[in-house]
Amino acid sequence: MSFVSRAFRGRPRERAPADRLPPGQYVVGDFPVLSAGPTPRTPLTAWTFSITGEVDEPRRWTWDEFRKLPSETITRDIHCVTKWSKLDSVWEGVSVDTLLEGIETSAEYVMAFSDGGYTTNLPLADVTGGKAWVAFAFGGAPLEPEHGGPARLLVPHLYFWKSAKWVRGLRLMSEDEPGFWETYGYHMYGDPWQEQRYSCD
Amino acid sequence: MDDAQLRLDGNAVAGKLREVFVDDMTSARCACGSCGAVAEIGSQHVYMYPLSPGAVLRCNTCQQVLMVLVHGGGRHRLSLQGLTWLEIPESVGA
Amino acid sequence: MGRVTRRVTETPRVLTLVLAVPDWPGHRAGQHVDVRLTADDGYQAQRSYSIASAPEDSPRVALTIERIDDGEVSPYLVDVLAEGDQLELRGPIGGYFVWDVDASGPLLLVAGGSGICPLMAMIRHRAARQSRVPTRLLYSSHSLEDVIYKHELDRLAGRGDGLEVIHTLTRSRPQGWSGYSRRIDREMLAEVGFAPEQRPLCMVCGPTPLVEAVANALVESGHPADRVKTERFGPTGG
Repeated sequence: MSFVSRAFRGRPRERAPADRLPPGQYVVGDFPVLSAGPTPRTPLTAWTFSITGEVDEPRRWTWDEFRKLPSETITRDIHCVTKWSKLDSVWEGVSVDTLLEGIETSAEYVMAFSDGGYTTNLPLADVTGGKAWVAFAFGGAPLEPEHGGPARLLVPHLYFWKSAKWVRGLRLMSEDEPGFWETYGYHMYGDPWQEQRYSCD
Repeated sequence: MDDAQLRLDGNAVAGKLREVFVDDMTSARCACGSCGAVAEIGSQHVYMYPLSPGAVLRCNTCQQVLMVLVHGGGRHRLSLQGLTWLEIPESVGA
Repeated sequence: MGRVTRRVTETPRVLTLVLAVPDWPGHRAGQHVDVRLTADDGYQAQRSYSIASAPEDSPRVALTIERIDDGEVSPYLVDVLAEGDQLELRGPIGGYFVWDVDASGPLLLVAGGSGICPLMAMIRHRAARQSRVPTRLLYSSHSLEDVIYKHELDRLAGRGDGLEVIHTLTRSRPQGWSGYSRRIDREMLAEVGFAPEQRPLCMVCGPTPLVEAVANALVESGHPADRVKTERFGPTGG
């Protein structure tokens, strides 16, 4: 693979200081749209967010109830496994800590599930303690369907496939199980700083 | 951008599948495990690199996932879980 | 690996690269190649491009590229790649969206914009083999200046060997234009195309929304789904 295309530059990409950018990533200014299937279009009147699985009392919010919960604006870097990173992206959402407040569970993992059938697994410790949100706005505007609207999971410290688009809930589980991309070859955890892209990494 | 623009034909994943199988696979037929519809791989719907972390082949009738191909980490992982069967014509060259 | 031997400007935004590819195994009309570009820091980008030249032209391979303004690959191919430069490619690829003169039935080709490229390989193959298969091309473009291969299509259609070319111009038309001036719809397909009883093979290529609308219209009009083949170009174009 020593052939180099004369004078090819590729999409505008910058290198950033090593403490900002995980290995193998490039910084981009736009927000690429990736998808594994058709964009779901659930009307807000039908939308709910649920906490299910190994909990004594499952919870559910309608869109109106969800939007009445306290929310916050946060600025984070996001890193996609396809190698682009977007620095200082601005989101607004409800902290997962708020959604899980007071929950009694012995579960150590969650499966995020979405409209369209997408799933992704995470340790419970990685969606609590101020590390995860259910985000409904990006860049100061309501989240567009192509980017996961009306709401997506946001877990910036892991590769962005863990930030499930069109999220509808979290299922608490005691054992780790692979979600969609994890089943098909991606890493169970997905830490960009250790370049955990694939299941054999 | 809406999903209509992200959607390609199975023909778009032909190059990738050739890395896995020796011959062109787009004329191979498959039966959907979900709805039973039978069609050539070339006519199914594909969500592909670079617009997806992997190639996802979906049934053009019911949209269920037929096949997923992830290339990385030094290997190809191919899931055919969504198919009931895959039928490959004998090679006639080209 | 191919080497650029010629660059041909087709329209203000469309360029044909003629490549010499030693060891080219030959191809079928409708197939494509995967082009891969590598930057000096190892970054790679890959796109698929339909082969526009006839199989009879091998080992010359022509790729027709539409320059997408914020694209990653097409501006390089159109603006930077020069005669003598090498281009890494893989192919020919695809056995689904192909046509040979031996295929039965009349042929309906429907193109939107740069979707004409693989269909042009079929038209050129048909001409090279002096086939008289009844063939109709319905070609949608924004304006006359955007019609790719216009002169060659006029010339081939003028031979009277059974090829008809029908244009529709959707955004602007020259003075005195009496042809179609709207997006392809079911009515236009019924007027231009072959009746289902004639069992045509329909090949549709272009941006995904156009391809899906045309394919759905053809099937709803009675063409069997397995006689309608599509090649969607997706958001990145050809």
